[in-house]
Amino acid sequence: MPLSRITVPWTPKPQPPYGPIASGVAALAKLIYRISGPILSRTAGLIMLAAVGATVLLVWACRLLFDYVDGLMAAPGIELPAGQAAGGALGIAQLVEALEVRSQAGWLAYVLHPFQFSLTRDLIGVVAILGFVSLVAVFAIWWERKVAARIQSRPGPMRVGLWHGWAQSPADGLKLLTKEDLIPADADHILFRLAPYFAFVPAVTAYIALPFATYYVVRDLDVGLLFILALLGVEVLSTIMAGWASNNKWGVYGAMREACQMVSYEIPMGMTLLLPIMCVGTLRLTTVGDVQDGGWFTWLAFKNPFMFIGVWTYFIASLASCKRAPFDLPEAESELVAGFHTEYSGYRWCLFFFAEYAAMFVVCALATILFLGGWHSPLPAGWAPQGAGIGARLVRGLFFSGPIWFTLKCVFLLYVHLWLRWTLPRIRIDQVLYACVQVMLPLAMLTLLGNTVWLLFDHAEYPAFQAVSRVVSFIMGLVGLFLAGGFIVIMAYGWLNRWRLVGTQAQKLLPGS
Amino acid sequence: MVPVGLTHYLVLAAIIFCAGVLTMIIKRNAIGMLIGVELLLNSANINLVAFSRYRVGALDGQVFALFVVVLAAAEAAIAIAIFVNLYNSLATIDVDRADEMKG
Amino acid sequence: MFKQQVCFWWPLLSLLLIAAPLRGQQVSADADQAAPGAPAVEVSQPVAGPQAPVPAGAAQRTSLHDVLFYLFGGIAVLSALGVVFSGNIVRTAVWLFGALASVAVLFFLLLANLLGAIQLIVYVGGVLVLIVFGVMLTSKSPSMRFQPKPAEVIGGCAVCLVLLIGLTAVLLQTDWSAGAVAQEGVFSVAAFGEALLTDYLLPFEVASVLLLATMVGAAYLARPEK
Repeated sequence: MPLSRITVPWTPKPQPPYGPIASGVAALAKLIYRISGPILSRTAGLIMLAAVGATVLLVWACRLLFDYVDGLMAAPGIELPAGQAAGGALGIAQLVEALEVRSQAGWLAYVLHPFQFSLTRDLIGVVAILGFVSLVAVFAIWWERKVAARIQSRPGPMRVGLWHGWAQSPADGLKLLTKEDLIPADADHILFRLAPYFAFVPAVTAYIALPFATYYVVRDLDVGLLFILALLGVEVLSTIMAGWASNNKWGVYGAMREACQMVSYEIPMGMTLLLPIMCVGTLRLTTVGDVQDGGWFTWLAFKNPFMFIGVWTYFIASLASCKRAPFDLPEAESELVAGFHTEYSGYRWCLFFFAEYAAMFVVCALATILFLGGWHSPLPAGWAPQGAGIGARLVRGLFFSGPIWFTLKCVFLLYVHLWLRWTLPRIRIDQVLYACVQVMLPLAMLTLLGNTVWLLFDHAEYPAFQAVSRVVSFIMGLVGLFLAGGFIVIMAYGWLNRWRLVGTQAQKLLPGS
Repeated sequence: MVPVGLTHYLVLAAIIFCAGVLTMIIKRNAIGMLIGVELLLNSANINLVAFSRYRVGALDGQVFALFVVVLAAAEAAIAIAIFVNLYNSLATIDVDRADEMKG
Repeated sequence: MFKQQVCFWWPLLSLLLIAAPLRGQQVSADADQAAPGAPAVEVSQPVAGPQAPVPAGAAQRTSLHDVLFYLFGGIAVLSALGVVFSGNIVRTAVWLFGALASVAVLFFLLLANLLGAIQLIVYVGGVLVLIVFGVMLTSKSPSMRFQPKPAEVIGGCAVCLVLLIGLTAVLLQTDWSAGAVAQEGVFSVAAFGEALLTDYLLPFEVASVLLLATMVGAAYLARPEK
């Protein structure tokens, strides 16, 4: 019997009539939905791309604005009253004069005046950091689910947002915000509430010293690397506090294992981070990034074999330090319920997750800056057009060096983090500590020693050694090219043959393809 | 208001020093006394670095403070090891109960 | 929902507070500074006097350096008092974190950038974690308290008050005017490294031997009983 012939043996109760305002609003909502629904479903991807592009343009516009204001302050072109040094902030009247000297509109002075002060710039930088961190976390959560799904031959989120479920993580965030705020009765209330902020604030504060390009940094500290390492070390405390304050056996076990692991892996991580610092001679991250602007073969990873090993060592140590991929025992879902954040729900758990993805991005960013060329493209900067015009800046930013390259490289390393998580099995805590103390630590020390000796001979400038060093560096660069090229080839093969997988075929039937 | 100078930092360090001494007097938990010692060492570090900035104009105070930090870390490690041993033998780390030389 | 929105803006305020002491720490004269004549991120300002966000002529206003000193000095004092008067040992450790972190910020204010970073790494990331581990290994229940005798507390407070008054009186009465104020570029990491390897080589080597002895001693003391 066809479905349409079946009738239910009851009549629904008559609904009370809605008032005119309510029905009017409902009709308006239905109209909007009917009009915008089809448009949005076809252009969701375009809207997303437009949003990303608008953000990039906004950041670039801020940079251009700051440079223009700096130019005005350094050389106003007007007479300053006695006692006022050039390079200080100008008053509004002086700004109007300076703008008219350059035949610009005088009313711009009212807009430009606040941008002379560091406070405004700091505020913009801090808001940008918070926005970026939220964006990275939201994007990484969605991408993790997609990568996990593809590795497991299934499609992943496909429905929410109509294009491969891109709106899944904002939707999850909204859901988490509206959840009930549960605190166990015997838990230490104040510490329980405080622990997520101890995780979130240091992870986000590290972005203050993290350069996205030579002039895209909130504070170019001369101890930038140490500052970031110090803040990543504060995360340990948050984990212990979270586990302890939950008054939960699994929480405490997770917390103690986690603290042990994080603190142990900070040692090989710190030692391996010394390798590029020794090559360059400064802790200032912008200098370390700028040393590598001569193209693929000047990247610090290919300087000598010890640096090449250092990349892998640092990456593995940073995986453990972020409690990620094969070292995620503290969050082991199948073993400890959820480890140290068992008792956390809703928004507090969300903060822990944000902190984890923020810290992941920071360690990927450190690997990029210190080993993989920072914000420079594989093309040498000598080929870039010089000059301060907008066109030259655009070409330089897109092809030679700029925050876009930096973000792409960091996103690639983030992808490696996700890839490893869903490929490798979890290892036990005693294996974790064995790997740290008996494998990574001697390896880090040996590479440190080897690098020191290599640099000693390098600085002594024996011509024979210089020649050997250049050949070895070139060979390392070729090995790197081979690995990168191999990755691209395999990726292309997978993309071209993607319809042969069951999971991809299933997605043709789902709404969000 | 007088702009902040050396004296302000010295008075701040004095306050933290007294808080550290008070912690060592009041706390009965051995780890509480260790925390008091850390406060004392931090106040001394503030003094050293303030003098280095305002009166010496060179790095000597900061290097001294660096060595203080290193030694404080070493001493905290040994102290925790001793307290763990104390707990294993007495089942408590109440320093008022650790009043025998034996065991 | 409102509470949670407020909780989201706390990190923004914390970030501003933490970024502020690093203001005015301009690009210092490292030998390998590679930024030839291009506009810097922030306006260079002379640092020898109080740092003012407006051009010279407004020296009467309280400068940002002063505000930050009072703010983080206040937090340090508050945390120290929290350490003294909190009963639960885990909360004492958290108050200690407050004290250590605000001392690190004060180091940044005193232009001791390297020492501030090292304070955060060694003290907060090392000593404090060690202390919390010790707490977890030596307590039977999470919130056990040892109450000191009231007479001890009052006597201790009296002694420390006398000590504080005496110290402050001596400090305020001494004339500290002799000596040189540090200029901006003196406290660079390169200079620190040179000092450690030339002027202070002996304490450096002795400290490393001492750390070795500490590691061996702590490992022996904390060995599992067979």
